[in-house]
This record gives sequence, structure tokens and C-alpha cells, in this order.
Amino acid sequence: MPENSAGLVSKATAVYVKDLRLELRSRVGLNAVFMFGLTTLAVVSFALGQASLSPKILGALFWIIIFFSAMSGLAQVFVREEEAQTALALRLNADPDAVFLGKLIFNFSLLIVMTAVITPLFFVFTDAPEAGALNFLIILALGVIDLCAATTLVAAIIAKASVKGALFAVLSFPILMPMLIALTLASDKILAGGSLSEVSGHLQFLTAYAIVMLTASVMLFKYVWQE
Amino acid sequence: MFTLKAVNLGKVFGNRTVFSSINLELNTGDSVAIIGPNGSGKTTLIKLLINLIRPTTGKVSHFENSNRLDENDFRRSVSFVSPYLNLYDQLSGEENLKFFAAARGGNATGKEIETLLARVGLERRGLDLVSTYSTGMKQRLKYALALSNQPQFIFLDEPMSALDDNGKLIVSELIEELRPNCVIVIATNEKEEYALAREQCRLGQ
Repeated sequence: MPENSAGLVSKATAVYVKDLRLELRSRVGLNAVFMFGLTTLAVVSFALGQASLSPKILGALFWIIIFFSAMSGLAQVFVREEEAQTALALRLNADPDAVFLGKLIFNFSLLIVMTAVITPLFFVFTDAPEAGALNFLIILALGVIDLCAATTLVAAIIAKASVKGALFAVLSFPILMPMLIALTLASDKILAGGSLSEVSGHLQFLTAYAIVMLTASVMLFKYVWQE
Repeated sequence: MFTLKAVNLGKVFGNRTVFSSINLELNTGDSVAIIGPNGSGKTTLIKLLINLIRPTTGKVSHFENSNRLDENDFRRSVSFVSPYLNLYDQLSGEENLKFFAAARGGNATGKEIETLLARVGLERRGLDLVSTYSTGMKQRLKYALALSNQPQFIFLDEPMSALDDNGKLIVSELIEELRPNCVIVIATNEKEEYALAREQCRLGQ
């Protein structure tokens, strides 16, 4: 990061506000994540009917829905710049660190909105136990941070490719797999009524994962961003 | 005094050598037109000179009074106008100028933006979305953005592209205004644009 961190924050805020404004005017990312998330949730709900699922399956189902919904929308933040050919103007005028930070925060906001809608609906449609809901929120928050940290750089990599959508999921999956396994295992225990101390190992892993991914992304983004 | 120095510059795409061994040294007040047939590498050379792509051989450096500018300093001192550089269609002209000023770490006031838009003939259109602009109006807005940076280096690829006669006149006047305090590089195929620069660099000979 450049030495002028105050300057970096204001530049990143400018990028974030610009992306937010574009999103509110076009709703491309929001529509993509909500269409996918709600459709998948509805299909799961109809398929289950009155059946009661074990916490293990509920945890896995939840993260499958979140993963694929996120895959449908998170790449937009860079794909939009390349398709509209505005990336060049952004490259010329903005510090790469500010671009990455602004877009990371934008993706984080998008995921927060998405999970805020999908999570309660998931609990309602699947009759998931609500006893550990608060602990589940902590796992969810870590999952959202990890997803953003790992996929924002991948979104920048695939933005110039011709088959962006498929490539985004294919490239992200191996990077996200360790995190998704930890999230699924932790969710299983929490939904089964376990305490946070029982999943402390997973929480530590998820925290470390976010730190490693963020650090690597900040270091590598400049090279990905430059043609 | 600002200086642009390119030493032994070459670019290869796959098996095709676009150009090789280009040497350039331009100081504040200098202007050069890069000319040549289609495919001779004019746009590639401009992109190399702005550090948008990496050269296969050689090196490009930018200096202020013999001190080499780093990426951030260079970004603050360069402007680029090109048909393939797009601004945000879903933002208004004013919002575009405000955003890019903020992204560079500055702050453009309403009055400054009004002045810039008036300078390129876009007064009273600043609040309209760029998607409602004609191609020529978008080109004018790019000049407003270029001016907002108060550039020391200005790069123009097909500078008169899509402009009407009035737009061409505005651009000619702008270049004359900028000339004493800028390094100006123009890439063009149009003979009428050759005269915008004092020197020529011919590619594809």
C-alpha cells in the first residue's frame, strides 16, 4: 500500500461510491445474485417438502446456495469495467490499491445484502433449527469476508476472458474449497446446537484464510490489473 | 521541466514484431505526431509510453527535473484521449469528472466542472447521463477529463475522431494552450492532424 493511507481510503471510497451508484442504476449484480439465490432456495424448498434434514446437510445446502449465488454476481464488478471499456480510464486515473479496495468493499456490500435476504428465508423454508442462530451469524460473517477476499482478485483475472461466468466459478472453486469445507463443518456443529468453542479450530482457520487471501490479493492485484 | 524518454523500445505480439528499437526523448514544450499506416503500432506505442502495457524490449521513463517519476506521480501528471477510452455511460458528465478527480485524490468543485464543460462546449449538458451523449459529445467530455488533470504529459490517439468542425477547432485551441507546458504525443492517420505536432515519428517504414 502507498504511504499515504488517508489518501488511499478517500480514493477507494470514490471507487466504491461510483460502483454503488452504477449498481443502483443498472442493478446487474443485485439481480444476478438474487435471481440465483432465490431460485435455488425455492427449488431446494420444493424438493424437500416436509422432510426434515440433518444439520450436516443443511449446512452444506446453505453454503452451496451462497457460493453459487455469489459466483453469479461478484465478478460483475470487474466484468462491467471491461465490457464497457471503462477499465482503461480507471487504470489511468486511479491507484490500483484504491481500485482493489473499493471493489472489495463493493463486493462485500453486495454479499451482505444477499445473505441478509437469503439467510432468513433459508431458515424459514428448510425449518433449520434457530437455537444457534447468533453463533451461525458469526460463521456467516466470516464466510462472507472469506468469499470476498478470495474472489475479488479472481474476478479481476477473468474479466478479460471470453467465457467469464464459467471461468469465474472454475477458478474460484479450488481456492474456495478449503474455506467452504471449514464453513460447512462449522455450520453443521452450530446448527446441531454446538457452541462456538467447539468450532474454534474452524474459526481460526477461516480468520487466517481471510488474512492470507487479503494480503495475497493486495500484493498481486497490481500485476493482474495492468495489461 | 518534464521529460519522456523511451530507449530501444520494442513490442512483439506472438510471432509478430510490431516495431523495434524506438528511441524518443521529449521535453516540456515538445510535441510529436506518431504516424504510419494501419497496423504499424501507433496505438501500441502510445500505450507503451503511458505504461499501459509492458514493452518486450527497452524501457520508458518519465522525469521531472531529472527525477524519475514513480507510477503515482506519473498518473497525476498524465492525460489521455482516445476513441477506445470510455467514460461511464450510467453517470452524468459532471459525475464522471467528479469521480475521476476523487479517484486521483483531488476534488473538483462545481464551478471548476462547469468551467471545464464550457471549455469543451458541453455547458448545460453536465447533468445528463453520458449514455445520452453523441459520440462527438463523449469525445469532448474526454477532453474535459484530460484538462481536469492539469497534465504535464498529454497523449492523444486520433484526437479529432468523431468531432464536428467546432469540436476540431476547440481541440486545436486546447493543444496550442497546452503546448508550452506539456509534452504532447499524438497518434494519427489524418494528414490534417499532423500539423498539431511540431515533429513526426513515422512507424512501419
